[in-house]
Amino acid sequence: MNWISNYVRPKINSLFSRREVPENLWSKCEECGTMLFHRELSDNLHVCTSCDHHMAICPRERFASLFDGGVFGEIEVPETRPDPLQFRDQKKYPDRMKLAQRTTGEAEAMMVVQGEIGRTPIIAAAQDFSFMGGSMGMFVGNAIITAAQAAVQMKRPLILFSAAGGARMQEGILSLMQMPRTTVAVEMLKEAGLPYIVVLTHPTTGGVTASYAMLGDVHIAEPNALICFAGPRVIEQTIREKLPEGFQRAEYLLDHGMLDRVTHRKNMRDELITITRMLLGEGPAIMGDLPAPSPETEQQAPPPADTAPTGAEGSAEAEKA
Amino acid sequence: MTHYLEFEKPLAEIEGKAEELRAMARASEEMDVDKEAEALDRKAADLLAELYKKLDPWRKCLVARHPGRPHCKDYIEALFREYTPLAGDRNFADDHAVMGGLARLGDQPVVVIGHEKGHDTKTRIERNFGMARPEGYRKAIRLMDLADRFNLPVVTLVDTPGAYPGKGAEERGQSEAIARATEKCLQIGVPLVSVIIGEGGSGGAVAFATANRVAMLEHSIYSVISPEGCASILWKDAEKMREAAEALRLTAQDLERLGVIDRIIDEPVGGAQRDREATIAAVGATIGAMLDGLDGLDREGLIQDRRTKFLDMGTKGLAA
Ligand SMILES: [Zn+2]
Repeated sequence: MNWISNYVRPKINSLFSRREVPENLWSKCEECGTMLFHRELSDNLHVCTSCDHHMAICPRERFASLFDGGVFGEIEVPETRPDPLQFRDQKKYPDRMKLAQRTTGEAEAMMVVQGEIGRTPIIAAAQDFSFMGGSMGMFVGNAIITAAQAAVQMKRPLILFSAAGGARMQEGILSLMQMPRTTVAVEMLKEAGLPYIVVLTHPTTGGVTASYAMLGDVHIAEPNALICFAGPRVIEQTIREKLPEGFQRAEYLLDHGMLDRVTHRKNMRDELITITRMLLGEGPAIMGDLPAPSPETEQQAPPPADTAPTGAEGSAEAEKA
Repeated sequence: MTHYLEFEKPLAEIEGKAEELRAMARASEEMDVDKEAEALDRKAADLLAELYKKLDPWRKCLVARHPGRPHCKDYIEALFREYTPLAGDRNFADDHAVMGGLARLGDQPVVVIGHEKGHDTKTRIERNFGMARPEGYRKAIRLMDLADRFNLPVVTLVDTPGAYPGKGAEERGQSEAIARATEKCLQIGVPLVSVIIGEGGSGGAVAFATANRVAMLEHSIYSVISPEGCASILWKDAEKMREAAEALRLTAQDLERLGVIDRIIDEPVGGAQRDREATIAAVGATIGAMLDGLDGLDREGLIQDRRTKFLDMGTKGLAA
């Protein structure tokens, strides 16, 4: 049955991403221009050591720093029908997909996992900005629905890390349809009385912001993250005015009532533990680095799902797997 | 530096003299002023007790507004653990006149919401002197919804001159926001307890204080209008605030007799500003006791309890 049969046993897989290591081993901070050594940057959770800019972090690394002992189990997302529109711009959509898969080592732009934070079992999902700008297509929609269903069935909170340029244009109207689809997913969580926490990271824009990213019980953003519906360039071209410094950045949104908090990446884990436990009505957490959960809890696979995500393309394929 | 109120002037003189004597004694070792200074201390203590034993309603207003009283922020910092502020109305702004978020009272997670006035010029402006705009009430509504969804008790701390009378606030629906907040107080299926810690100014206060249990600090006030405002309307003379304060029955003592509030929390002699820690501890104990008192009620029971309480308002008590 859909994601259950493909449930991956938790392992310390996070640190050994299949992602290609950049050849030059140095990356340039897009904010301050400082050249940063790959390992140093990775140790600092991809936050610039010179200007504190929060760079994109891939889901695996994010989860490694989030979960107790860096251990989490991947939850399989039902595949989608490839290229239903036979979309072609300068490249064919399937070719773009292949390229993205090669450079990231990931199948798609979102990853759903389960594990414990501060000994609190949760479901987490994270968008991968390096995979076609994290764009929301049918797969991302399925991922969020899968995450919500897993949360409901296992009675766990869902923590979602958003990062996306917006909808995946190559899937046309079907990407737009992910807005209502993911909203249904959020409704399932709310009906089950489960906490839904959104962590908005740089950038979270377009249809993603206008759906699941703005429907959390609690909204936390990383510092200086660009969060908007229409991007600054589009607005500037439309109104022919220069926008003020800091417009549509996390701190601006906090002032304008859209966010609960702006939190540095290094404090994110502790804060998520604190908030999650209070929302669940549980006692204070033991803070700090915790070892991985005991093997029994580790191997506890989610109970069988009754239904595949409604309308999830390719669930037949997943069943075969 | 002690901040003395107008009526505390005689006290200021005595305490000043005692302080002067001690300073002189420190300067020259031969001087023995202990006896004299202690006598002054006793005199000051007696006067303080005397002054505060029979504070008239207007003086209560002054004490309730005393800048040295503990404010919402002080209570939250001292009484709660893991306070995690949550911001914003998800619509227009984050109103700094209202603070709130998740926190633990003992081990019990709760949602705490309150007006914060600020403690110096900078923070007072930032907090808009504790006068909330529609965004503040909408933030409170959102937090009460969160509490309701996750079954967390709500604690509100009331300390506001009133809702902010501004153009923007009106344009964005100040009345609607207050109405919805009051309605939300009545709708949530979790315990809601409220403490008026300073000024309970009109609709801005009731929007947070439509609670299962309401306590007031001994020298706090709770009123439909400020005495100054009332005086200028009914006496056509804002200087008649003493008379207005008297007539409005805005003291904790009168309001308890009227059944509007459930309990009074004693303040230290000379008011909350003279012993902030003791005051904060007393408020904490009362919040705990009020929540304990609601233990047996389920969601329906809690909602019904508030309905009955407010439907019955005015049917008993006081009347000369
Ligand atoms: Zn930098």
